[in-house]
Formats: sequence, structure tokens, C-alpha cells
Amino acid sequence: MNLASSDSSPLKLFQYFTDHHSQVLSWLWSHAWLSVLPVVIGLVIALPLGWLARRYRWAYPPMVSLTGLLYTIPSIALFVILPRALGTQVLDPINVVIALSIYTVALMVRVVADGLGAVPEDVSQAATAMGYTPLQRVIKVDLPIAVPVIAAGLRVATVSNVSMVAVAATIGVPELGQLFTNGFQLSAGSPYYPPIALGIVMCVLLAVVFDVAIVLLNSALTPWRRAVSPR
Amino acid sequence: MTDSSTWGWLTSIDNWKNSYSQTGISTQIGNHVEYSLIAVVIAAAIALPLGLLIGHTGRLRWLVGVANGLRALPTIGLLILFYVLLAPHFHGRGNAVFLIPTEIVLILLAVPPILANTFAGVQNVDPAARDAASGMGMTGTQVLFRVELPNALPLIFSGVRSATLQVIATATVAAYVGLGGLGRFVYDGLASHDFPQVTGGAILVAVLALLADIVLSLLQRYAVSRGVSGRFSSRAGTGGPAAAEITQLEVVTH
Repeated sequence: MNLASSDSSPLKLFQYFTDHHSQVLSWLWSHAWLSVLPVVIGLVIALPLGWLARRYRWAYPPMVSLTGLLYTIPSIALFVILPRALGTQVLDPINVVIALSIYTVALMVRVVADGLGAVPEDVSQAATAMGYTPLQRVIKVDLPIAVPVIAAGLRVATVSNVSMVAVAATIGVPELGQLFTNGFQLSAGSPYYPPIALGIVMCVLLAVVFDVAIVLLNSALTPWRRAVSPR
Repeated sequence: MTDSSTWGWLTSIDNWKNSYSQTGISTQIGNHVEYSLIAVVIAAAIALPLGLLIGHTGRLRWLVGVANGLRALPTIGLLILFYVLLAPHFHGRGNAVFLIPTEIVLILLAVPPILANTFAGVQNVDPAARDAASGMGMTGTQVLFRVELPNALPLIFSGVRSATLQVIATATVAAYVGLGGLGRFVYDGLASHDFPQVTGGAILVAVLALLADIVLSLLQRYAVSRGVSGRFSSRAGTGGPAAAEITQLEVVTH
């Protein structure tokens, strides 16, 4: 089996890309927004929930175990249960967005609560002494200090979302995962690697781009961490 | 989930039995558990000793980094790549065509969380406890098994739990390439537009994942020393190690 020279070599992924570039780019685009939108929605929902879990101590254990429970449901199961539960079409990408938003909330509630909990007590007290109302304190003091912890959670959520979006291709939602299902079908006779290799490379690149974006956003939002280098 | 037809599919006795046209639900549950168990046990047998060793000696740390890097790979891409790559070597050997490539991918996915958490668990052991143990005259091996391992257990369990969830989920998707298990109902149902079957299969997968996590959490309760978990019966001390619990985040793609 001479992998490198034949037309089915994994290295022919560039060839495959140029031959199908408009199709692949449209899959890349839908893959990107299917991965990012749930992170944004999930964060918006998790922020108040995480604050509640921190503010009212009794709410923390039930909220964390409930969201942990949601996290155990495999994505493929959620993708096909949601249409029945919500009355949406099976192939509607909205199912993917809702499912991944649920996972993001499940992950981020605990992260937000722990991040807010890690704010030093004297900082909170100083803010209160300076006349901040509780809401002002959360938004202007506690939340900015918790940004690095929240960003770490978002990085995890985004990377796993990129991988989970690809799973939706097996039930027919068009995104980069389609490169895998196409590669599978084209390999029925003999192995045909180019689309599979291209799909893996593009998914990893997408995950890396998002990861770098969150890291940059994190350091842009926390200028004080650059002023005093810990090492 | 008040869907009557899904409920009908789940409660029909015929669907639970094997027939000429279809493998029954009970057999597929057994298959799914078997595939998952094989993968988790082998992955743990690889990752646990390796993680303990790397954590204890501090050598080969780059292995943990490599394993973590693996997690950015799309699971379904790996699954199909390995199937296409390996299946030709197992043609004509029945189920092995699907089973062997899938198991390799499942093990590959289950190793990183267990390895990283075992390593982190040993690394996070209070240096004072480690010093005290050596001061009492324990040998390196004794320190590892009597101090570091018990203290690392909570993190090790959380690694095994996420690995298990990921394996159960990916084993479901493996039905796409032809493996048995509960994913069969999802993909066969989609192909034949039998949506009660799709939803029924998906619900069973979710229940299986939930049960597996509950079993492991009970096992964890039993195995982890109360001195480590900070769970005392009545005279609960203030704080304890649990209060200083760190948020351990890991990429779980299910």
C-alpha cells in the first residue's frame, strides 16, 4: 500500500480542497457559527445562574449537580431527542445550537460560580466600602476579576463544541463533519483519505483559531495582569 | 418526552427481543455496555500506571501534553479515519471489522482524561504530606501507594467518569460505521424514518450514560477516604480539603 503517491493519499487533501473549495468553505462557515453561537448563548445564561449559585450558597450544590447531570447526556442523543421535544425538524441546525448551548451552560455555571468565589474577600469589601451597590460590585469588580477563570472555561467549551458539531453530520446536518461522512461513503470500495484528512485538519485549525481568539480576548479584558508579571 | 409513540416503542416487548429482522434492545444494551467496558478498562490499564509514574517521578511530562493535544481532534473524524484505515485488514472476520477499529478509537479517546487527571492528582498532593511520609521512613513506592494514590483518587475518579461518558457517547456514534449497540436504533431509525425508534434509542443511551456515572460516583464515595473527601458523618469540621476543591476542567466531547 503506497500511501504517498496514489490519488487516495491523505496528502491529497489540498487537491481535494481546491476541487471542492466553495462547498468546503460553506461547511467551514456553518461549522464556525454552529460552534460559537452556543458558547455565546450558554455564557449569557450561565452568568446569572453562576452568580445565583454563589450569592445563595444553598443553591450551589443542586445547581452544580443538575448541570452535571445534563452534561452526561451524549450529544448524538440530544441532537435527536430535541426535535421530538421541541417540535423542530430533525435536520434543523437549531437543534445543534440548543444542544450545545445546554452543554455550555452545564459547564459554565460551575465555572462562573467558582470564578466569582475566587474573588479575594478584601477586594469585595473595599468595593462595598467605596459605595458600590451589590449589582455594581458584581459587574465592575467581581466579574472582571473572574475573567481569567471564565475564559479558561470558555476555551474548554469551544474546543469540545467544534468536535461535537462534527458529530451532527452523521444525522445529516451540513458542516465540516460532512467531509468525514463523505470520506466514509467514498471509501466503500477502497480507502479514500483526502476528505477525511482535510476534515480533521480543518476542525483542528478552527479549534485553534477560536482558542487563540479567547486567549487574546482574555488578555485584552484583563490589562492589569500584564502590568505586573507574576514571574 | 410525553411522546406516546416513543413510549410505545420503548415498552413494546417485541422490540426488546431478538428477531430475524432486528437485534433486540436488551441485546444491544449488553453490546453497548460490553464495548464501553472493554475500552475503559484497557484505557485505565494504560493511563493509570503511566499517570502515577509520571506524577511520582516528574519524568515524561510531555506525554501528558501530547495526550491533551489529542483531545482537540474531532472524535467522529478519528472514528471514520481508523475505520477506513483498519477495516480492510479485518474483512471476513464478522464483527471484528467494526469492533477493532472502534475499540482502538475509544481507547485513544479514554486515555487522555484518565492520564491527565491521574497526573494532576499526584501533582496536587500537598508536599507537606509527601515530606511527612518520607520523614516517617516510607520508601518511594510506599509514598506513591499510601499517600499519593489515595490523595489523587478524587481526581482519578473524575477522569475515569469523563472517559466513560465519552466512550459511551462515541460508541453510539460508531453505529454510523456499522457497529452494534444502542446507536443502531438511532441510525437505523433515521434511515427508515422511524422516529420513535430514533428517540427511544437516544433516551436509552442517555439513561445508560447517567447510570454509568451514578455507579462510578457511588464507587468513588466508597473508595475515597473520608479524610480526603472531607465528608464526615456528624461532627463536620470547618472546611477540610473539600472546601479547597479546585475546578478541574476537561474537554469532553460526547
